[in-house]
Amino acid sequence: MALLEASGIFLSFRGVSALTDVGLAVAPGTIHAIVGPNGAGKTSFLNCISGVYRPQRGTIRFAGKDLTKVAPSARTALGIARTFQNIALFRGMTVLDNLLIGRHVHQKTGVLAGAAYFGPGKREEIAHREIVEDVIDFLEIQHVRKKVVGTLAYGLQKRVELARALALDPKLLLLDEPMAGMNAEEKEDMARFIVEMNEERGTTIMMIEHDMGVVMELSTRVTVLNFGERIADGTPDEVKRNRQVQDAYLGDQHDLEVDG
Amino acid sequence: MTAGALEALGGDVTFPRLLARNARTLGDRVALREKEFGIWQSFTWREYQAHVRDFSLGLVGLGLKRGDKVAIIGDNRPEWVWSEIAAQAAGAASIGIYQDSNLTEVAYVIDHCDASVVVAEDQEQVDKILEMLEKLPKVRHVVYTDPRGLRKYDHPALLSFEAVEEIGRNLAKEKPGLYDENVAQASADDVAIICYTSGTTGNPKGAMLSYRNLLSMALALDEVDPKLRDDEFVSFLPLAWIGEQMMSLSAALAKGFTVNFPEEPDTVTENIREIGPNVMFAPPRVWESLNSTVQVKIMDTTPFKRFMYERCMPIGRKVADLRFAKKPVPLALRLLYGLAHVLLFRALKDRLGMSHLRSASTGGAALGPDVFRFFHAMGVPLKQIYGQTEISGISCIHREGDIAFHSVGKPIPGTELRIAENGEILSRSPSVFLGYYKNEEATRSTLEGGWLHSGDAGYMSEEGHLVVIDRLKDVMKLADGTQFSPQFIENRLKFSPYVKEAVVVGKDRPYLTAMLCIDMGVVGKWAERNKISYTTYTDLSAKPEVYDLVQREVDEVNETLPAAARIHKFVLLYKELDADDEELTRTRKVRRVFVEDRYRDVIVALYGEAPEVRIDTTIKFQDGKVSRIRTTLLVRRLAPGKAA
Repeated sequence: MALLEASGIFLSFRGVSALTDVGLAVAPGTIHAIVGPNGAGKTSFLNCISGVYRPQRGTIRFAGKDLTKVAPSARTALGIARTFQNIALFRGMTVLDNLLIGRHVHQKTGVLAGAAYFGPGKREEIAHREIVEDVIDFLEIQHVRKKVVGTLAYGLQKRVELARALALDPKLLLLDEPMAGMNAEEKEDMARFIVEMNEERGTTIMMIEHDMGVVMELSTRVTVLNFGERIADGTPDEVKRNRQVQDAYLGDQHDLEVDG
Repeated sequence: MTAGALEALGGDVTFPRLLARNARTLGDRVALREKEFGIWQSFTWREYQAHVRDFSLGLVGLGLKRGDKVAIIGDNRPEWVWSEIAAQAAGAASIGIYQDSNLTEVAYVIDHCDASVVVAEDQEQVDKILEMLEKLPKVRHVVYTDPRGLRKYDHPALLSFEAVEEIGRNLAKEKPGLYDENVAQASADDVAIICYTSGTTGNPKGAMLSYRNLLSMALALDEVDPKLRDDEFVSFLPLAWIGEQMMSLSAALAKGFTVNFPEEPDTVTENIREIGPNVMFAPPRVWESLNSTVQVKIMDTTPFKRFMYERCMPIGRKVADLRFAKKPVPLALRLLYGLAHVLLFRALKDRLGMSHLRSASTGGAALGPDVFRFFHAMGVPLKQIYGQTEISGISCIHREGDIAFHSVGKPIPGTELRIAENGEILSRSPSVFLGYYKNEEATRSTLEGGWLHSGDAGYMSEEGHLVVIDRLKDVMKLADGTQFSPQFIENRLKFSPYVKEAVVVGKDRPYLTAMLCIDMGVVGKWAERNKISYTTYTDLSAKPEVYDLVQREVDEVNETLPAAARIHKFVLLYKELDADDEELTRTRKVRRVFVEDRYRDVIVALYGEAPEVRIDTTIKFQDGKVSRIRTTLLVRRLAPGKAA
């Protein structure tokens, strides 16, 4: 059974339609990429899943549960975490605090117990810190643990954002252009982390990415959107050979045989 | 202590036996610490021994025989030292490989040392070895300690550290006394480690070192620079390096202090501060970078803090200089120093993690006097050491209260030093190695006549300190046969902030001369402060005041040189030496032959009687433009004889 299943999603903004009858299924344990030209509706679709937008029609089911009416914060508690195209961290706080905040949805003790740092509140904080430290180790950001986020290089901030999403211990991780604006080395690192998250921690990943090399290399499955419609869905190889995809990316007048 | 005596150890003369002793006597005290998941995780001596025993028996279970070799590659972690002692307990020798070595280097060492087992830290190192495995027919097992990213590997030779320990535990159930029997079989003269030295030419050579070599060195050093059982040490330099072996294994096992492993190479400075080590040993670049970090931070700090720094530091320097000169420190200055300590040095040392530092040493290359003075000023007793892999790391060290910038101190107990006819430093001690692995010829020439030939040129100063000049092959001779090392003198000259580049001339000539380039930034500022107006580099270089300034620096260097090898004359060149003019290599080393040819007119003047030389030449700028320079260079004569 698919971990995430979206079907017949329609989304429009005051008559401008952003998504038309889009559906896909993300199998557990896979890396599922969504690609498409600018304005194809990729981020809108991701926003529907994370709950930022509410589609006018269609259903989204996550682990068998209907998500359509569930608030974004509650979706996080269910196990969906995301990163943003533009970094959305608390810039004035340390890396560690940013990650610990990511854990707040799993906080069971109340504000007072937490503030007293005593008994169950203390035990819980230690447990959260353990999970966070595990993520810090996993994403190799030990050296910036206590640095203020705003002072870090862009590539590192991206990694910290990923760490925060990962600290939620999500079943499904939504990545919106995880490699945008990175240099070759940072991209390579990020690609490695994505694969390792998937293989080592078994996190299912759905990502939007423009770098086709990365997409074809990492993904188990690719969905292609164009002008708000799904034009292809399949393994990277199938998608590459798809005529409509070639049209969307190269213009429909092309006569050349495209291979790879 | 008599030469080579290991009596102090009461018969526990191998690493595995010392570990067993410590597990017995120090039991639950902390032996190793590693920062992981943001917390310092401790291992007691007992746990240390348990891991070593399991892994050692595991290796035996995998077919490791006495006399086999185990290669280890990775960052400093407890597993590194466990693997080493485990191999030794099984009667094998351990070979450390620098973790940043490339494929061919790794493959060369593994193949040359005949390793049958390789312990590799993580995916990065495992990849290197698996990639070369076809060319390494002797390797039967590759053991990894960090499983990250290796889940999908299914190479038959590959297994995890835990899996090997598991094999060991099962074997222990079958043969409970096996580990102790194995440990008992080894003697002090067995090969403990083979240390590959980075050859500047040709392939690296593997120096075989016995437990006697390693432990006698550690004990002898300990006599003059004691370590205590309660000491903390941070191990952050490659464990493949003899210096780190000496501290983290020989000394730690013999004395029982705690070795701490940083979380990641990137977090070393932070981790040092958290631990506050009592003992620290690092090459000059580490001390230099600590020094410059402080300088930079002071520039960026609040005016109040900068004010304090600028008031307190000179007091510290003055006290340090008096101590270097072995002169008493007046009471008033002592009181001021006490104040400076409270106001600045205490906090500064805390920031650097040096509050508890009692034994600090630097070795491997020369460290500038300013950096030396900086640490002594704030009360860090930094000492210079000297030695080579072939003598288990160290043969000389500064003694407390007897520190001279230009020397490397006196030999440690049990070490004899001699300067050969050709100026080479020879040494003899129980720590001199057994020979190079599979290289009889190199062994013979290195140990010719029963002395270890260092390949370094040096001399004994009047105070009985050893002064290292240079590699012997880089030493030159004056016409009368006096030896000198241009690079040694040039480095001393360049320790002056005013001198940017220096070229010392004198090969087959009657005396030494120098061509110097001033540092435009520093000298320019000095000129402004002293109201000396100037226009260009050429103009500034030609100022008599600047000549006077530089002369004082040269005189100072002359004082530290033997009378026959002092600088008699110098000129300040009209332009900086430049890689674009092919005068320097890209790594900023002087291309001696080229420079001597290019400035032959200047050199002629230096050895003539004329007080100046006319220059008419062209220089190339970075953008390819060419410009003609016409100027007159002054030749400054010194009276080096009188300077003594």
